[in-house]
Amino acid sequence: MPPFIRIQNISKKYGVLQAVDAVSFDLEKGELFSLLGPSGCGKTTLLRILAGFEVPTSGLVEIDGQNMANVDPADRPVNIMFQNYALFPHMSVFNNIAYGLQRASLAKNEINHRVEDLLKLVHLTGMGERKPATLSGGQRQRVALARALARRPKLLLLDEPLAALDKKLRSDTQFELVNIQEKLGTTFIVVTHDQEEAMTLSTRIGVMNEGQLVQLATPNEIYENPKTRFIADFVGDISFVPAKINRQDGDYWLMDAAVPIYAACEHNLEAGKSITLAIRPEKITLTPEASGKINEFPVRIDDWAFYGAGTQYRVTGPGGIKLKLFQSHNQPSNAQLRPDQIETGFIHFAPESIIILEDK
Amino acid sequence: MMRIFFQKYGFLLVIWLPVGWLSLFFMLPLIEMINVSFSEARRAVPPYNPAFQIGEKGISFQPVFDNYLLIYDYWGDYLWPAVNSIRLAFFSTVWCLFFAYPMAWWIARSKKPLQHILLVLVLMPFWTSSLLRMYALIGLLNPNGVINDFLLWAGIIVTPIQMMQTDFSIYSGMLLTYLPLMILPLYASLVRLDNALLEAAADLGAKNWDIFRTIILPLSLPGVIAGCLLVFIPAVGEFVIPALLGGPEQLMLGKVIWTEFFRNRDWPVAAAIAIILIAIIILPVVYARYQDKEGLS
Repeated sequence: MPPFIRIQNISKKYGVLQAVDAVSFDLEKGELFSLLGPSGCGKTTLLRILAGFEVPTSGLVEIDGQNMANVDPADRPVNIMFQNYALFPHMSVFNNIAYGLQRASLAKNEINHRVEDLLKLVHLTGMGERKPATLSGGQRQRVALARALARRPKLLLLDEPLAALDKKLRSDTQFELVNIQEKLGTTFIVVTHDQEEAMTLSTRIGVMNEGQLVQLATPNEIYENPKTRFIADFVGDISFVPAKINRQDGDYWLMDAAVPIYAACEHNLEAGKSITLAIRPEKITLTPEASGKINEFPVRIDDWAFYGAGTQYRVTGPGGIKLKLFQSHNQPSNAQLRPDQIETGFIHFAPESIIILEDK
Repeated sequence: MMRIFFQKYGFLLVIWLPVGWLSLFFMLPLIEMINVSFSEARRAVPPYNPAFQIGEKGISFQPVFDNYLLIYDYWGDYLWPAVNSIRLAFFSTVWCLFFAYPMAWWIARSKKPLQHILLVLVLMPFWTSSLLRMYALIGLLNPNGVINDFLLWAGIIVTPIQMMQTDFSIYSGMLLTYLPLMILPLYASLVRLDNALLEAAADLGAKNWDIFRTIILPLSLPGVIAGCLLVFIPAVGEFVIPALLGGPEQLMLGKVIWTEFFRNRDWPVAAAIAIILIAIIILPVVYARYQDKEGLS
């Protein structure tokens, strides 16, 4: 059986600019997939190719076994929720949602019935007669979602669905979006530059950079095992330490950085090779006194910031190693740390928490 | 001191300066015109006895309704020019809209530098006198004009085509004069149209004609209304174009007013016709404003 959505070797060139470079991936039915990348990485172009607004230079798009080449945007089983919603300003909320259904020449009763259901789904019952201009940002976003869902597309594309909302509203809407997606079982592709949004929404994430799909994995896998330095840096906070592989020492590998560092690695490494070590801030523990653990060294605290759930520090270690660390207030030992009273301390981290990135 | 004055009262200046200007040079002449239309004609300078007077005997107001009654009595003489004027203005507006809409759309969808060049080209005809442009048109359309000469030379026709003094020549002149007034407001409303709206409509299953009918046209309606008013209003009173390009049977209200003023020297009747013409024009304007308020806000 072919995959529900198949994207094979899609490329798009604008003159000399390679906007999308041989991107391939398959999606299962009902997946909530995110395309994550910085602006200009080609994710929006890919989205527009899927919607049918752009013709790929080469490659194949198949939805539910049907080749999408030469299929008009109007005839595709795909709908899109635009970044700024693109609601029709001269139409009521009801008519905005009904627009796609009227194009499909459905019976009036059926249209009314479906629009009412959609209004209920997005919690806008009774708002049908309002004009978009009289709605709040969150309400407009929900109208746009209802309108895009009205034709019951096989694939729904969402272009930065939460970017126009303020932070508090964003997290509520995130969960609501996932709820609706699970309820309807529609396949979603979300395009976003916000890694937090991608992490919380999706079952799988495709990270794009310079037109290429650089990693496709679950949010957890992308956070814990980023394939490249770009991904590690783009997704979440991280510190990098340049190093050289020395030798295997027991269970671990000894790395020559400004200080010797032990790292865990499941596969064999080539001694003498230059690499980059990366570590997430929450994997490092800060203590006022030395505790004798592996990978421990003294640091100077450069600055710190209180984040409610924890405190973030920036420290400098021996040889000028700069590290970011995050100490959760959940740990009783951390509660005793008084960042305003200490200037130096000791840090340690488990060899398993180190990500080894091969330099290219 | 001056700065504080301008900060406090500057907006009054900005508002009242044009208001004052308009009252002085627009409202007062209009009031005078109404005054003349209610006055009695006489052989003197000026050739009427003002209905409203401020003189040695103080203020006096003795309106005469004879002029309006005369028009009412001989309404047959005025009806045809009035109908003709409205017909001509109406079809000129329709033709302008027909040609201007695609042009405005094309300009609005062009890339930035080209857009500005096209706008300048639209305005270019205004750089020469309209009278000159009409004579240029006569030079093109005459029986021995450029077009006929070419067709005769090419052997396509044997005798010259009669193009002057027809509806065709009048509408050509009207189009030449008023097209920019239609294009500009249409352009202004079309250029603001968000491309995402058109894509959203296409995405929801709308084909080209459907997108035009349900999205583009309703959202450009303010521009359509503004353009139609800008063309229709001056076209109703148009005098030069039908006089130069039309046949003798093309009697327009503008021509009638001119005849009354200058040939008969009957200013009061001429003024009365002009006032009636204004009334005729105001009706569609008020209707359009009403539609505007109902439909869009």
